[in-house]
Amino acid sequence: MTDLTELSLAAAREALAKRQVSAVELAKAHIAAMEAARVLNCFISETPDQALAAAADCDARIARGDARPLEGIPLGIKDLYCTKGVRTTAASHILENFVPTYESTVTANLWRDGAVMLGKLNLDEFAMGSSNETSYFGPVISPWRRPGSNVKIVPGGSSGGSAAAVAARLCYGATGTDTGGSIRQPAAFTGTVGIKPTYGRCSRWGIVAFASSLDQAGPIARNVRDAAILLRSMAGHDAKDTTSVDLPVPDYAAAVGTSIQGKVIGIPKEYRLDGMPAEIDRLWSEGVSWLKAAGAKIVEISLPHTRYALPAYYIVAPAEASSNLARYDGVRYGLRVPGKDVVELYEKTRAAGFGREVRRRIMIGTYVLSAGYYDAYYVRAQKIRTLIKRDFETVFAEGVDAILAPATPSAAFGLGEKGSADPVEMYLNDVFTVTVNMAGLPGIAVPAGTSAEGLPLALQLIGRAFEEETLFALASVIEESAPKIALPPKWWDR
Amino acid sequence: MAVDHATVRRIAHLARIKLEDAEVPHLASELNAILAFIEELAAVDIEGVEPMTSVTPMRMKERPDVVTMGNIADEIVANAPATEDHYFVVPKVVE
Repeated sequence: MTDLTELSLAAAREALAKRQVSAVELAKAHIAAMEAARVLNCFISETPDQALAAAADCDARIARGDARPLEGIPLGIKDLYCTKGVRTTAASHILENFVPTYESTVTANLWRDGAVMLGKLNLDEFAMGSSNETSYFGPVISPWRRPGSNVKIVPGGSSGGSAAAVAARLCYGATGTDTGGSIRQPAAFTGTVGIKPTYGRCSRWGIVAFASSLDQAGPIARNVRDAAILLRSMAGHDAKDTTSVDLPVPDYAAAVGTSIQGKVIGIPKEYRLDGMPAEIDRLWSEGVSWLKAAGAKIVEISLPHTRYALPAYYIVAPAEASSNLARYDGVRYGLRVPGKDVVELYEKTRAAGFGREVRRRIMIGTYVLSAGYYDAYYVRAQKIRTLIKRDFETVFAEGVDAILAPATPSAAFGLGEKGSADPVEMYLNDVFTVTVNMAGLPGIAVPAGTSAEGLPLALQLIGRAFEEETLFALASVIEESAPKIALPPKWWDR
Repeated sequence: MAVDHATVRRIAHLARIKLEDAEVPHLASELNAILAFIEELAAVDIEGVEPMTSVTPMRMKERPDVVTMGNIADEIVANAPATEDHYFVVPKVVE
């Protein structure tokens, strides 16, 4: 084995079990890759010593014949997950020096299963962004480039560090979070697989909150099987999160490669947007034919309230964010800028600690929740959310097993190319993903081809609540059928 | 519904975010762009529709009303910018 970082997570696990490689060797290979790729700015904090110590423990366990499901697998953790004793920043100046005294449930589940942490991954500040350009620690650069060009490409966001690190072979998998598309959109932009599970499937405890009724944790991985393996470890009931669901966690990887014969796939006509690029439309049609060839039945469906999902999201998410981010007051933790009284202390701390996009969203949220506007904006948006969810319930009740749609309206764009004049231009990236969060459903993005510019494009499958297994089965058909896409040569390798 | 400069200042104060005068016009136009974007929601018929309060249908869980963790004062103040004897320190609030 020449380059251990080229293995899939599943293959690495097998190689470890067969003692062809040690966990310490895997950790060393990934630490070297991580350190050589600093130009991509994927990691906010690197934890190589911790990784090597954990890997040595893993090797001891494997030697005893006591290996756990993710024994010795090096992972990256989005820097929104609190990690005990390891700085957790949410990519914000306000949490720049925050060191949690506790561990998030999802990361604790990963360590329980033997995974090894390489470091904390960059993201948009407080997960607010679609290009990873709002991070206080600077933008993440995608390992992808347009052929023959050295223009820096965004990895998407907010889980941009996670997606870029997985794509660039710096870790076997990574955690992400998805509030409006923050796992699926960066996965789509980087040719990786990302799943946002059903709301309640993974505990939100210990993950820095953005919009609590929309936030959900999930993995980003190199292929469908790896994503399934990771989700099994991440998911599960947690008494510390009242919205976490007490349902058994299936062996998701067992669903990968199973027959999709007779599955009914809905094609929502409202997702066919005016001015949609022809290559996105073509990709979608190819997806339809791949699923059909594998035995699925294709039906046209209607989700009439689709167009209202994104505007309603930009009421609900900022409203919840303005409440959640009220805790950053310069008193209990985080940055503090002194003031002559406590109000001035709050105002100066928050002005200095939050970046532009975060301040903007807090202000929108404050406005839509303020006296006189609450009913006109917030309550109306929550009613529209009921309608969006009902659209999905109606088609599922009519026998649809899953919905196929594009993941994003375009391929990745260059740094600084979008949203500088009008924030809404950036928000439109999430037009296909945000409906899923509004309805609390599972959605997976899977690579399906390349754009005319040679950048990855993905399809999205949306499933019934808690039927992630169906998504893994369908996504593996797309993965098998789609043309293989190859990363450019390692230009980022120091 | 468009916001004027006075409203922008009022929202910023409600959100406890200090604004420089120079930021106000730009922020007003950004907020108005977002508000214009969400304006189309006014056209949706929401007569008789219940607002969503729970994403997945579930009963709020209850647990026995007992202390499950405690005696971690050191941990609680570990990240505080200013503390004294396990208290958070703020500027004088009451004269």
